[in-house]
Amino acid sequence: MTIGVAVFPGSNCDRDVKWAAEGCLGIPTRFLWHEERDLAGVDAVVLPGGFSYGDYLRCGALARFSPLLEEVVAFAARGGPVLGICNGFQVLTELGLLPGALTRNRHLHFLCEPAELTVQPGTCRWLGGYGAGETISLPIAHGEGRYQVDDVTLHRLEQEGLVALRYRRNPNGSVGDVAGLSNPTGNVLGLMPHPERACDPLTGGLDGRRLLASLLG
Amino acid sequence: MRLAGLARFNNRDAPPVPRFHARVLVRLRPSVLDPAGEASMAAAKRLGVEGLASLRIGKAIELEIEAPDADAARSRLELLSERLLANPVIENWTLEMLDPATSTAP
Repeated sequence: MTIGVAVFPGSNCDRDVKWAAEGCLGIPTRFLWHEERDLAGVDAVVLPGGFSYGDYLRCGALARFSPLLEEVVAFAARGGPVLGICNGFQVLTELGLLPGALTRNRHLHFLCEPAELTVQPGTCRWLGGYGAGETISLPIAHGEGRYQVDDVTLHRLEQEGLVALRYRRNPNGSVGDVAGLSNPTGNVLGLMPHPERACDPLTGGLDGRRLLASLLG
Repeated sequence: MRLAGLARFNNRDAPPVPRFHARVLVRLRPSVLDPAGEASMAAAKRLGVEGLASLRIGKAIELEIEAPDADAARSRLELLSERLLANPVIENWTLEMLDPATSTAP
């Protein structure tokens, strides 16, 4: 099992993901530079947090055109597990792997705090280690995390059980309290909170461990 | 000597490729909250500007493009607007061709 961690110019949580996977869980990782296309030997891909391509134009908008992500889209289509954290979630929506968009927080503040979340694992393979309706706490750190989608799509996502993570106290104005979404086949998960920052007892909170550990299961 | 991408340089007899000027305006859809606009509106009130009923912030993108004719330029810019400059989930866009002779903008 090797996790490929995408590295864009401006990514800043790539090393956090590496530490969480390797240092905390013993899962080997490999950095995937945004210009490379080789996913050989990679069993799962993480798109980390940060500011890919400076977040120019819109968050995640330019990353969509990187050679690496062309391969990641094909990887996801083959059922490969793909996890988008924070900026990675923004990239997944720009790519069209998940519906909707992430926009500026309701009150414009950059939020950096713990967030309580309700987990609805459904068929999401990243969330198999969590109970249905379980409450967990993960850190959030974003200025543009307000999930936005039209009412019809939101209703469909809820009906299909794809709203995998919800804020218990909505911090940013996201419609439907959406903090994370799964795709219908359950191999793609995008979320604004940072599970990789909740894997080491030293920094407090271990609720993110089961998410990455799901790859071992 | 040939220089890639410089058709005019490589063939001085070729007719000049017309260059068109355009502006794409990207606006948040009316249903999407604009916190930056609201914050600016609050600042406008503190500045003492009265009567302001609405303030929403978008983007203006100014472009120059070489194309055989205005229709070709327009269709390339429409593709660019729809696929890159705007995110149709949250934004609307309009394209203005700015050259007087070719402008068909509303």
